[in-house]
Parts: sequence; structure tokens; C-alpha cells
Amino acid sequence: MKPIYLDNNATTPCDPAVVAAMLPFFTEQFGNASSIHSFGNQVGVAIKKARAQIQALLGAEHDSEIIFTSGGTESDNTAILSALKAQPDRNQIITTVVEHPAVLAFCDRLEKEGYVVHKLRVDGRGRLDMDEYRALLTDRVAIVSVMWANNETGTIFPVEEMAEYAHARGIQFHTDAVQAVGKLPIDLKRTKIDMLSLSGHKLHAPKGIGVLYLRRGTRFRALLHGGQQERSRRPGTENAPGIIALGKAAELAMQHMETENTDVRFLRDKLEKGILARVRRAFPNGDLHCRLPNTSNIAFEFVEGEGILLLLNKLGIAASSGSACTSGSLEPSHVMRAMGIPYTAAHGSIRFSLSRYNTLDEIERVIEAVPPIIAQLRKISPYWSESGPVEDPNKLFQPAYA
Amino acid sequence: MWDYTEKVKEHFFNPRNAGPLEQANAVGDVGSIQCGDALRLMLDVDPETEIIRDARFQTFGCGSAIASSSALTEIVKGKTLDEALKVSNQDIAAFLDGLPPEKMHCSVMGREALQAAIANYRGEAWKDDHEEGELICKCYAIDSALIERVVRENGLTTLEQVTHFTKAGGACASCHEKIEDVLISIVAARCEAGAIEAAPVATAVVTPAAVEKPRMTNLQRMRKIEEVIESVRPMLQNDHGDIEVVDIVGKNIYVNLKGACMGCALEAATLGAIQQKLFEELGEYVRLLPASQLEMAR
Repeated sequence: MKPIYLDNNATTPCDPAVVAAMLPFFTEQFGNASSIHSFGNQVGVAIKKARAQIQALLGAEHDSEIIFTSGGTESDNTAILSALKAQPDRNQIITTVVEHPAVLAFCDRLEKEGYVVHKLRVDGRGRLDMDEYRALLTDRVAIVSVMWANNETGTIFPVEEMAEYAHARGIQFHTDAVQAVGKLPIDLKRTKIDMLSLSGHKLHAPKGIGVLYLRRGTRFRALLHGGQQERSRRPGTENAPGIIALGKAAELAMQHMETENTDVRFLRDKLEKGILARVRRAFPNGDLHCRLPNTSNIAFEFVEGEGILLLLNKLGIAASSGSACTSGSLEPSHVMRAMGIPYTAAHGSIRFSLSRYNTLDEIERVIEAVPPIIAQLRKISPYWSESGPVEDPNKLFQPAYA
Repeated sequence: MWDYTEKVKEHFFNPRNAGPLEQANAVGDVGSIQCGDALRLMLDVDPETEIIRDARFQTFGCGSAIASSSALTEIVKGKTLDEALKVSNQDIAAFLDGLPPEKMHCSVMGREALQAAIANYRGEAWKDDHEEGELICKCYAIDSALIERVVRENGLTTLEQVTHFTKAGGACASCHEKIEDVLISIVAARCEAGAIEAAPVATAVVTPAAVEKPRMTNLQRMRKIEEVIESVRPMLQNDHGDIEVVDIVGKNIYVNLKGACMGCALEAATLGAIQQKLFEELGEYVRLLPASQLEMAR
């Protein structure tokens, strides 16, 4: 049976039209965009077009505000480091506890080097406290970096509002929007967002290409130094095939924006309701009223995520988990922990992330597949008895060793 | 996804002896919900012979935790309690044709459940001395808790020492920065406590005090070499390996590495550590070489 791919927040397949657009740039149009001859010139023209396509998707005022990078991680690191280097009198960063490691791990490193990092906490639904945020905005803060939408739960943060507050205090605002771009309408020229990261492979373009949006006039220091590519803000010979692919993917994302919010949302809701109606002791995670239309994160209590994924995979269904074991660490997902999800549920949280390529038939198959898998694993779980969770698990099952 | 062996997959998809065991008279509950693993091992022990007549398990955990539990029940059935106590976590991993380094703790949990169940049967209190931290060295499955303990107990100050004592960082070397971070945090704390003088971690060097020792006779020297080799054997045997001296030719000491040491990716590091020890004990520079090179030398 054809496999069912519900892990689009991890990565997406390239759209065939995207592949078709990029292929000529490996062979007949291989030139270096900086060259004066005709080999390079055509590439330069194509890159210009791609830049305009991305400008349109982001609603940027100028096409020179689009800087091509290698992906989300590079864009995030560049943005944060730039703000610190360009404003040596400011040594503080505001971010959140639920950011992607591309921001969090880098902030941890900066903290070791002496910078001060404030991490905004979230409530049980993954929402921020605006009062806590506003109280932290001082003239020692160089940058606020807050994700537009969370990769694990899909929860959307009010970044446009937060950017206004930061701007009013003269603080640069960066958002990691790799999950939001293409799924939510974005019009940067109407916001006070100074920098934004996007990643190609999350919106049906290839891996290894991304963008840092940099608002004109924002003080900037490049991460890399070399040639004049990207107006010296990101030197290195352009990844022309990747750039052209990303341009095409941006154009397609514009066309399908409505589909994401109608068809994909419908399938997501059907999946979530279908599973929750059939499996007891399961609940959805995140801010259900304000989240990406493609993401559903469901916690299955008293079972562990990797087991669920392995059994799903056996049926050709791909999803992902916030469990400790799938990441190789001993802790469950930092997002689940930050939301205060009990360990018995956090380890069994499964993320289903859809795309415009999923079908109703696929969703119905997944709804049928999940309940027996959960039942099978609960049958061998020490926290579960014949009829349901063992009463007061802490009393009956108290494993030694912390 | 993990590179699980066919045997692990087999035992995950079709776990043996899963579910409660009504007539169990030995129960071991171990694990930790924080870590995402919890295991209840139930044994039916014959009170006359102490033979394990039946074993079943219930596990909350990942694929390899369930497979390790299943393997454990298969291994211990039919054994006496004393025989079962000899089952090591390596035995469980070997039964499954190996586990990924990140998942070795699943087999450790299995062994602990067994110890806990037997202690429960015998009316003893079981206390585990097991601690876990972030996995640092993926090649040898060494976590931060182990490195921290070894650094503290032995007063280590350099990366090389950590590798010699724990194997961590001995193969692909990509975890060296993380090991240095652990060293820095512990050494800095000891400096503050006045336990050692502050010195840059990277430049701390162990100077062999033995350099001043008077020259030994040939016989004394050979005995000393044997003595040093004997002293490291228990450490190698712990890892299912061993070592023997084959010949001594001038500065070159030829040895045979045996068991798990053979072909181990850490062979060079193991020899290096022993060579360092010989160097300190003998007060002279010596080279420790595999016996295979003896042929070439002749």
C-alpha cells in the first residue's frame, strides 16, 4: 500500500514543478551569477526572479531585503549574532523556552560567553504571557527572537504584536518563521518585524536553501565574510538551483495558501477528532484556537512514542514524536515539558503534520490504524490494566531509581 | 530512525512473555518515567530449587526497551536465581545482536529489573547505584554522569585522561568539546574549593615522578612490566577483553590483546593508556606494540 506521509513539519517532498524549475541550473545554465559572460548572466536573471517571488510571499517592501542562506539554522544564528555585534552596548536576548534548537542551543552558547538570555515561559496550552514579555523590554536588550509558529504543536505566537512593543523600545525583532511561511498569510511591510528566517525544505523546495529577511535600515553584521554576493551580507557563490527552486516553491505556496487553510485544515481536524473519538486517555496539545492549519499533536497517555511510531511505520504511516527515545536524549521534548504536560503523556505525544498532498482516504486509513496500536502498547504497559490506567499509578507502580 | 538489528525489531513487534504474571513471587519495578522508560519484571520462582519457572514483563518504553525486556525474560527462564544474577546488560544486548549506543541503557534497565526482582524474592532491599546523564560519547555510549564521577574520583584534568579512564572520546573524537565542558565545570568547582590550584585545563600535565628512580636490573624491569600489565587486566576483563605480554625487545614491549579488545576501535587508546602507565612505573620511555608487529621487527 502507498505510504502515508504525515511528517511535513520535519520536511516536505519537493513539488515536481519545483524540481523541473531547478534542473536546468545544474547543466545548461551552470554559470556563476557574478560572471560577465552569457553563461552567468542568465543565472543572474533567474535569481532576480526568484528573489521577487519570495519578496511577494513575504510581503517585503524591497527585493534587496531577501538574503539567501543555507537554511533556517543559518538564518537564525546570523540574525541573533548580528544584533549583538551591531549593538555592542546591548548584551541581552529575549526568546522563549519553546524555540527550535537553532535558536535555543545558540542562545545557550551565547549565555556561556557572557550574554544574558531571557526565556519567556509558556502556559499549559503553549501561550506566552505578554506582561512578562513587556517587562523585559529594556535598553540593554539587543534582540527579541520568537518563533512565528511552533514546530511541535503548531501554536502561533503573536509576533506582529510583539514586534510593535520591541520596536517602540528600539529593540530589533527576529522571528523564526520556518513553520509559518506558506501556511499563514504574511505581509512584512505592514509589520515591525526586522528579521525573519525561512527554510526551503519546509515548503516543498529542496534542503540546503533558506532565506533571512532583513528589513532595510536594520543594523546588520554578516556572519560570513568573502565576496560581494547578497550585497556582501552573505558571501559565497549562490546556490542557484536551490534559489530558483525556492522561488518556484514560494510562487506555488502563494497559490495554495487558501488550500492550506481550507482543505488541509479540514483533513487535520477530521484526523484529530477521529482519533480522539476512538482512543480514550488521549488529548490534543497546544493552543487549539490559534495554531497552524496542518498540525495536530496528540498525547496518548501511558504509552511511549517511539513504539507508536515503529508500529505506524510498519503500516507505512510516517509521523513523529516528542518522546525522549526518538531524539536520543533522556528528556522528552522541551516543548511538552515547558507546557507542563505530565511525563506519562509527554513521552506518548505524536505529531501529525499534513500537507496539501494528503488525501481524505489517507486520513481515514490513519484514523483506523491508530487505535489498535495504542491498545497493543497499553496492553504491555505497567501503567495500564485491563480496564484502563492502573488506579493511582504512583502507588501501584513505583519504579526504583530516579 | 535507529539502526535496530532484525532481532530487536523481531522482539519489539512480537514481544515474548508480555503481560502480567498472576502467580509471580518475585517482582522488580525499575526505570523512571522522566527518562521515558519503566519496566516491571515478574518471576515465578520454584521455592525448592530457586529455578525461574516463568518470567513475564510489562514495559513503558521505546522499541529497544520492549525488545530488551522480552529478551531478558527469554534469557532468565529456566535459570536458578544465582545463575540469573550473573546476567549482565551486555548479555541482554548480545542476545539482541547489539543495541545502538544511545539505547544501551535499555539493557541496563533490564539487568536492574532482574536484580530488583531477585532482591524482592529474597526479602532484601535493592538500591541501584545507577545514574544517567546526557550521552556524550556516542561511539562508546558514555554519558556525562559516568565522566563526572570518574573525573571527580580520580582528580582528572585533561581530555586525554578522560579517554584513558573511560574510553569516552577515543574513537571519532567529535565529542571532545563536550568532554572539555564537563572537565571545565568540575575542575573549576575544585579550584574554587581550593582542592587544586587553578591551572588551564589544557596545559595540566602529569609529570612522572618515577623519572628519578634508580635503574632496574633486567629481571626487575621484566617483573615490573608484568606487574603493570597484571594491574590493568581486571579493567580490560570488565569489558570482556584481556592482554598478555609476548616479548620485550629493548624499548619495545609486544603484547597480545584478546577477547573484545581484538579489533576494538579503541585499541590504540587502550595501548596508549597502558604505555603511559608503564612509562611512569619504569621511569623510562617504552613503546607498547601489538605482537603482530613482532614478526615485522624480526
